[in-house]
Amino acid sequence: MTFARRFARFVRGSVRLVLAGNGLYWGWVALLAVLIGSGVAAYADQVSTGLVLTSMRDQVSWGFYIGNFTFLVGVAAAAVVLVIPAYVYDWKPIREIVIFGELLAVSAIVMCLLFVMVDIGHPERFWHLVPPWGHLNIPRSILAWDAVVLNAYLAVNFVVVTHILYRAFCGRHYEKRLVIPLVLLSIPMAVGIHTVTAFLYNGLAARPYWNSSILAPQFLASAFCSGPAILLVVLQLLRRFTRFEIQDEAIWKIAELMAYAMFLNLFLHGAEAFKEYYSDTEHLLYTRYWFEGLDGHRTLVGYAWTAVALNVSAFVLFIVPAARRNRVTLNLGCLATYSGCYIEKGMGLIIPGMTPDTLGEIYEYVPSITELRVAAGVFAIGFLVFTLMLKVAVPISLGEFQDDVPAAAPVVPAIV
Amino acid sequence: MKSLPVRNEPSEPCATSCSRRRFASVAAAAAAGWLLTGCGPKRLREMPRDRLRRALDEMEREYSVQQGRPVKVADTPPLPGVLFGYALDLSRCIGCRRCVYACVEENNQSRDPQVHWIRVLQMEKEKGIDFREANPYYQPAEVPEEGHFYVPVACQQCRNAPCVKTCPTGATWTEPDGIVVIDYDWCIGCRCCMAACPYGARHFNWTRPAIPKDELNPATHYLGNRPRPQGVVEKCTFCIQRVRNGRYPACVEVCPAGARKFGNLLDPESEIRYIIDNKRVLVLKEELNTLPKFFYFYGT
Repeated sequence: MTFARRFARFVRGSVRLVLAGNGLYWGWVALLAVLIGSGVAAYADQVSTGLVLTSMRDQVSWGFYIGNFTFLVGVAAAAVVLVIPAYVYDWKPIREIVIFGELLAVSAIVMCLLFVMVDIGHPERFWHLVPPWGHLNIPRSILAWDAVVLNAYLAVNFVVVTHILYRAFCGRHYEKRLVIPLVLLSIPMAVGIHTVTAFLYNGLAARPYWNSSILAPQFLASAFCSGPAILLVVLQLLRRFTRFEIQDEAIWKIAELMAYAMFLNLFLHGAEAFKEYYSDTEHLLYTRYWFEGLDGHRTLVGYAWTAVALNVSAFVLFIVPAARRNRVTLNLGCLATYSGCYIEKGMGLIIPGMTPDTLGEIYEYVPSITELRVAAGVFAIGFLVFTLMLKVAVPISLGEFQDDVPAAAPVVPAIV
Repeated sequence: MKSLPVRNEPSEPCATSCSRRRFASVAAAAAAGWLLTGCGPKRLREMPRDRLRRALDEMEREYSVQQGRPVKVADTPPLPGVLFGYALDLSRCIGCRRCVYACVEENNQSRDPQVHWIRVLQMEKEKGIDFREANPYYQPAEVPEEGHFYVPVACQQCRNAPCVKTCPTGATWTEPDGIVVIDYDWCIGCRCCMAACPYGARHFNWTRPAIPKDELNPATHYLGNRPRPQGVVEKCTFCIQRVRNGRYPACVEVCPAGARKFGNLLDPESEIRYIIDNKRVLVLKEELNTLPKFFYFYGT
């Protein structure tokens, strides 16, 4: 009974927190709402008319949606960058902010699942892969594995953050026997979701551009750049707009880790480019389409070199200690990392993988307006989820939103 | 001695626990029943024969109403001792695309937008079979063109099919007679199979397929040419509705050059076996180990 009442107080309090905000907050929420509305309208058209409203065709049968999906799996996986130092090495400055990494992971997985849903021809049949009602083609289908690990990763992160936050609300420390094993489990799972997603492409011998064993390691390397890039921006915003204190050391440490990840990312890309160009087999075709264009088809070339330039400059900005400690260059580095990885892992992975198609035809894919609107809507849903969760999580972490604790001393925020 | 308290409502707790137990068992039975029916086979692949027939009767009614004339949906099973194989004579094919359109009519592909299960590639004799140099959109007044040859490509009916492996819901599989089929009612349209197919053989219904009413072929098979909904993948089935009744695929019948051969790979006396034993036979993209049952050969 007390639990029910307390939980009701928690829900009421959360709703109050979410509804309280200044003009900036409501402007942000309104912007997201507009994007969501436009996305839903575009998606409704797509459902009734069909995926013909996208630019995807038989030649390039995956596009913008699946590119975004792949990128966001990386963002979700990157929460582990924070979890490892926080829980394994018990490094205090990061430990205080790990909860935000996990919230980011939850929002990213929500977007991933939505991007798959908007890509499939029959979203209402999703239960066909939910046993016992459906039939999950495990162990053979990698997409089946991906559905399992993504949902499990979502569940683990959701349980951990809600448990920690709710316990903090109740003024109690989290249950160590529950949280520690789950957090430790989430580390291999984070690697797992991204590896499985890489295998989704990697295993297809029909697509030489993907059929390279460097794909999974390279996915992880770029994930450990792009995920923290978002997080660094979020942490600075939190520091700016709330009483939340985030130490500079934590931010600098994350930026340093990103520099190593970016080095690895560039190195792995270089290794792949060397193999393709030096051996110069028929498989070079797809890499050439990305970097040089083929027979005058040059749509992606600008993106390719922009991504290279962005990633290299991000590496330079983060490896030089003075640059990552300077607020301006730090944020420029985050922006460069995010956009570099976004281009390279979205369009740069999916489209050259399918161009030219398996019979040699070149169909130049550029996302349609419908695809852009739907994708913007999905991103807006993800950002909205993240914003609302932060709106509740931050006051709890600060000890501002807490249930009345009977007697005793007010408990310090029990996040750590 | 201390007096014991009087229990004036002895039956109350029992009553709740009894009714709770009854409720629990009823609920459990209901859940079990729901699960049993819920877990029952819904993929056409695993439906028992009688339930399958009922499902197909339902389809026939639906299609007949849509078309305004009777449409049959057959469930002809695979014949024992039969493994279908195909051979195409590259030295005879003239690139006329008669096969492409015979296939469209026989198998009820969408006319608008056009879906073609067969893609004829024009290649240069100097370069041999090289997909990079292939042109699927050749449009001369007359074929064959000097210095060129033609490679029609459709589903290669692989024995080690990458498409079947990738399907997350098991909506596509290889039948005992070797035909790779799709359950259009189970496919979720994720297009993993299209990414996996090295031959571009799988086609997606990007919008509602449109076939003029009088052009629909009403003799259909549930795993083949029955009308498809929007948002699912389709492909060549060796004309399953014909070959399981001992007929040739439509493309074999229509080919004016006699370039297309079809038969039972398990029958040593068949034409297809003669070709494999006596001609220079090749398969496309052999290095991918897909083990096609669709062979190309040079007859002359």
